[in-house]
Amino acid sequence: MSESVKHAPPKSTIDYEAFEKTPRFLELKRTRNKFVVPLAIFFLVWYFAYVLAAAYLPEFMATPVFGRINLGLLLGLAQFVTTFAITMTYVTFANRKIDPRTEELRLELERMEQL
Amino acid sequence: MNALHSLAIAVKADEPNPVLNISIFLAFVAITLVIVIRSGRNNKSAADYYTGGRSFTGPQNGFAIAGDYLSAASFLGIVGAIAISGYDGFMYSIGFLVAWLVALLLVAELMRNTGKFTMADVLSFRLKQGPVRVAAATTTLAVCFFYLLAQMAGAGGLVSLLLGINDQLGQSIVVIIVGALMIVYVLVGGMKGTTWVQIIKAGLLISGGLAMSIWVLALNGFNLSTLLDSAVAVSTSVPADAILAPGLKYGTNPLDFISLALALVLGTAGLPHVLMRFYTVPTAKEARRSVVWAIWLIGAFYIFTLVLGFGAAYLVGADKVLASPGGVNSAAPLLAFALGGPLLLGFISAIAFATILAVVAGITITAATSFAHDIYGSVIKKGKGNPDDEVKVARRTVIVIGVLAIAGGIGVQGQNIAFLVALAFAVAASANLPTILYSLFWRGFTTRGAVWSMYGGLASAVLLIIFSPVFSGTETSMFGADVNFAIFPLSNPGIISIPLGFFLGWLGSVTSTVKESPKLAAEMSVRSLTGHGAEKAVEH
Repeated sequence: MSESVKHAPPKSTIDYEAFEKTPRFLELKRTRNKFVVPLAIFFLVWYFAYVLAAAYLPEFMATPVFGRINLGLLLGLAQFVTTFAITMTYVTFANRKIDPRTEELRLELERMEQL
Repeated sequence: MNALHSLAIAVKADEPNPVLNISIFLAFVAITLVIVIRSGRNNKSAADYYTGGRSFTGPQNGFAIAGDYLSAASFLGIVGAIAISGYDGFMYSIGFLVAWLVALLLVAELMRNTGKFTMADVLSFRLKQGPVRVAAATTTLAVCFFYLLAQMAGAGGLVSLLLGINDQLGQSIVVIIVGALMIVYVLVGGMKGTTWVQIIKAGLLISGGLAMSIWVLALNGFNLSTLLDSAVAVSTSVPADAILAPGLKYGTNPLDFISLALALVLGTAGLPHVLMRFYTVPTAKEARRSVVWAIWLIGAFYIFTLVLGFGAAYLVGADKVLASPGGVNSAAPLLAFALGGPLLLGFISAIAFATILAVVAGITITAATSFAHDIYGSVIKKGKGNPDDEVKVARRTVIVIGVLAIAGGIGVQGQNIAFLVALAFAVAASANLPTILYSLFWRGFTTRGAVWSMYGGLASAVLLIIFSPVFSGTETSMFGADVNFAIFPLSNPGIISIPLGFFLGWLGSVTSTVKESPKLAAEMSVRSLTGHGAEKAVEH
């Protein structure tokens, strides 16, 4: 059953198990994971630190900084800033380090398919 | 300051003008209908109908994602929550935004590379098709159903405020009109038409939010601190500046807030109608660009909600918002009225309606695609059916869902169902996200793990809600304070159901006796990262 509903391309001639072990593919995988995983852990930890502070330290969050602006508001806005910053960092990384590599590997896979 | 404030009160003496509201809304409907009909002409294949031919650009899709995501619950709900609970309302915005990083870093591009039309395409790639697709379609339909019901109920509530229709019959008629329009949009326009509606609506919503935010800030010398000062000056909370710090809404139950935060941040990347948007672009790179645009647009909008929420607290007042027919949801429309009178109210109301219409359309096409492609096409016809028949089934499903949404929308009138959006996020985070992440990143994941995780996550989230204060035991519960079977103390199930979903996925996999194909796993890994063999855009 699973054969009949498989996705395109229907019958690939490529040995994906072998390709997966090629150094260039492994390098792509490693490069991506080495960048993405720490970043993901960082934003989750930072977000939940903020959530825990908001939940259990409301007085700390109410500490005035200037005018009516308090620490809680600044930390909340800082979540926006880090979200934007992580987004831009990731895009720069992906454009420079990921796209050229995937492009190259994709072309190679297409060549293998035509053989 | 006081003069301005009394001026704003004086403006409010005018009555809202239902004719004006309806005319602006009709103009939106007319323009979008023309676009939907035009884009419907090119709907030839399944890929056209389900994904708009994968021909949208990243920025276009980013706007459409923002359109899908900034539902009435985000726009009206968050502005209202900030107007009434101050800082605690703002914390919603943060969770809703940060959640996009999960989609950006871990999900969007890999999903785009491995799937075709639905979430189940990715989840069943290397596992057993039948059970995984049925489970994924079940959770997809469940999330869509909760979300849909919340939007339709919102439509009914809004009407009473905006059009001055307070009786049951009038509200029901409006729900029927919204449902019928949505059916037409989705039937005729398919994904392409729906996407254009989202793009237009997102543009209107974000520019409306920007204009109102600038206006509110201008009244306060473009100083956020002054605005907060104005809000505190009219605040009825004790002490008055309590609205500036966390605690007003969740102070008594911080664990409930943490549970909500978990669902918000992990749910977004598991929402089926968000995932499906990644298939409307030609490549993984465009999927990435879409998310980046979406993050900027959504982030900017949530910053506006901060200004609008405190603006509503200051210009309208929390008590007046609560006392109005639409309750919390009326803060944004009332603020528009206080600022720009009937004309701005009409504009913002039309945007609110357009929001409901567009979001409902987006969810409906997702649910219909999932049913037609996953259940009919892949399970009943075992992938051997005719794609044209599949689209026919999808179109019929749209009608069925539309009718169900109308019936549900009328049925839940007057019920306190604000929990449904949070429930949709909790189910997405507990039932969908674990399986998505495991299938993409863990080689040892098996069919049993996927099935356990999806059904377990779905069932635990729903059961915990039923046995929570949402349903019984308090004044605001669905069944009131007299009936009490609330054995679970939190209104948000995420803190239990999300770890459970992850745990079941692991447990099912390590106890599984069936070996999954290492060949397909290798193929999925290669294709998800390189984009080899990914579905291409349709040429016309």
